[in-house]
Amino acid sequence: MPATKSGWAHFPHGADVGLCGYGPTIEAAFEQTALAMSAAVTDPSCIRPRTGVQVECEAPDPEMLLVDWLNALIYEMSTGGMLFGRFEVHIDGGKLTGTAWGERVSRERHKPAVEAKGATYTALEVKQDDDGNWVARCVVDV
Amino acid sequence: MDPARLDKLSDFAWRIPPSGPMRVPVIIYADEGLIRDMDEKVREQAVNVATLPGIVDASYAMPDAHWGYGFPIGGVAAFDPAEGGVISAGGVGFDISCGVRTLLTGVSRTDIEPIKEEIADALFAAVPAGLGSKGRISLSGQEMDAMLEGGAAWAVGQGYGRQADLERIEEHGRMDGARADCVSERAKHRQRKEMGTLGSGNHYLEVQEVVRLFDPDAARVFGLAEGDIVIAVHCGSRGLGHQIGTEFLREMAIEDAKIGIHLPDRELACAPIRSALGERYLGAMRAAINCALANRQIIGHLVRQALSEILPETSLDLLFDVSHNTCKVETHKTNGVERQLHVHRKGATRALGPGSPSLAPALRDTGQPVFVGGSMGTASWILVGTTESERRAFSSACHGAGRSMSRHQARKTWRGREIIDELSRRGIVIRSPSMRGVAEEAPNAYKDISAVIESTHCAGLASKIAELRPLICIKG
Repeated sequence: MPATKSGWAHFPHGADVGLCGYGPTIEAAFEQTALAMSAAVTDPSCIRPRTGVQVECEAPDPEMLLVDWLNALIYEMSTGGMLFGRFEVHIDGGKLTGTAWGERVSRERHKPAVEAKGATYTALEVKQDDDGNWVARCVVDV
Repeated sequence: MDPARLDKLSDFAWRIPPSGPMRVPVIIYADEGLIRDMDEKVREQAVNVATLPGIVDASYAMPDAHWGYGFPIGGVAAFDPAEGGVISAGGVGFDISCGVRTLLTGVSRTDIEPIKEEIADALFAAVPAGLGSKGRISLSGQEMDAMLEGGAAWAVGQGYGRQADLERIEEHGRMDGARADCVSERAKHRQRKEMGTLGSGNHYLEVQEVVRLFDPDAARVFGLAEGDIVIAVHCGSRGLGHQIGTEFLREMAIEDAKIGIHLPDRELACAPIRSALGERYLGAMRAAINCALANRQIIGHLVRQALSEILPETSLDLLFDVSHNTCKVETHKTNGVERQLHVHRKGATRALGPGSPSLAPALRDTGQPVFVGGSMGTASWILVGTTESERRAFSSACHGAGRSMSRHQARKTWRGREIIDELSRRGIVIRSPSMRGVAEEAPNAYKDISAVIESTHCAGLASKIAELRPLICIKG
């Protein structure tokens, strides 16, 4: 994988959706995993970045921090009726502060396929490969 | 899984003897074909469950067992608090008390065939389904707490459905020991506007035809005849259940690490039943059960309202309401001794046999109805709990077929529009706001349920009563 490329992918999981984000930094990988989660619901390019929502979380290890980050987004999506298409993450030790930009769900425009219900500890991984690229993965229950 | 690596107890029961850290064996109920199709993760997860403290008899897997979170989906395990038994948030699942309720109509297929589209439209309009749908009920703080402690009984008190419904719901519609104060404000906030909504994914509202009966006497007790139409609702505790599952799984995982409990899988995070954390989880989990029971009670009411003018001659009586994804305190005899056990059923259905005192008088001599949902466009089944089921797996049975293909692969293989048109040609009307969601729920993305049902029946877990075919399917 080229050292500076960021991106996301879905990987197979029986009933739900496997999310994988990767990038040159851990923050980039977390941003991409969040994008992968939005992509499980709809085409992220359809989500207009109208409103920014701040989230904060803290966890004893990077894996749990990834799950906390995604679950914080799920909470905002669920309670605000929102979808998010752009993310910015800062991680300092075990603390994450992030912003998610998006808009309220429109069934006509977004045609949401599923609802993300909770990020899990299944297939959970946050690590740096030999080239220095970061990968962040987990399965989200839909 | 390779059957040669299991001890065969019978054509429908297989055993993995205890070894290493396992405290009890694993027992898998399935025929050889299902065993071969089961992923190795089921073995791994069932074995992991067998290592948990206080587990009694065996770690069981139902014929539809597949890869879950910590526990296999289709996993059953009972724990004795007197032996340091634990309660596991992963062993209950995220969609706490997801389940199925079935309403009887008393009308036949010929009655509804000419008005199928009208019925589909009425149900689709009446029951909010899918992401972005708007629930019509918003609960205040006090109402939320009352719902969490009152369940379906609370809902009836609010005017949703009938008092007579309650004896046809597990726990008579209200789970004892529910504690609203153990449920976080975040979980309550998530649920505030979700009462009376169906959700999405594999949740559904289906109008089904009884196409075959296997036990006419039991069918008569259940009010079922060939050609009858029934209506099934499959959904759970919505955002509240998920938030509770998420929060307690996290807290248990952190606490387990602190006190030096090694978890083979973080999703197996658990707490001693007799601990402050264990008790808080029980209080919250029971509140989530009430939330699911209330939700299905409300949806049942919305269905009755929607059809009151289209099918005025039917009272849409409730046959029964079952839950998967629970942990219940039950008395069971093991090694000749009666014990109070905490029975986890993860993607498994309780299946009480004849004579069970908690069943409504009309059902008591026959046993508890068990509903096993098919996928969109495929058969569903009604079974009944058996006397034998208690010693098989603490009166438990399967709950559904399980997926044979990931959502990702299903989306790549089919278009939603094609699925809808194909099902329409087979006389099945679909209503869904999302074509992509329909593709992910395509019938062929799920395993063949008939093998699961045969194994469930032959293993003595529950007996076949009726096979159902969908005519209308509402999906979120």
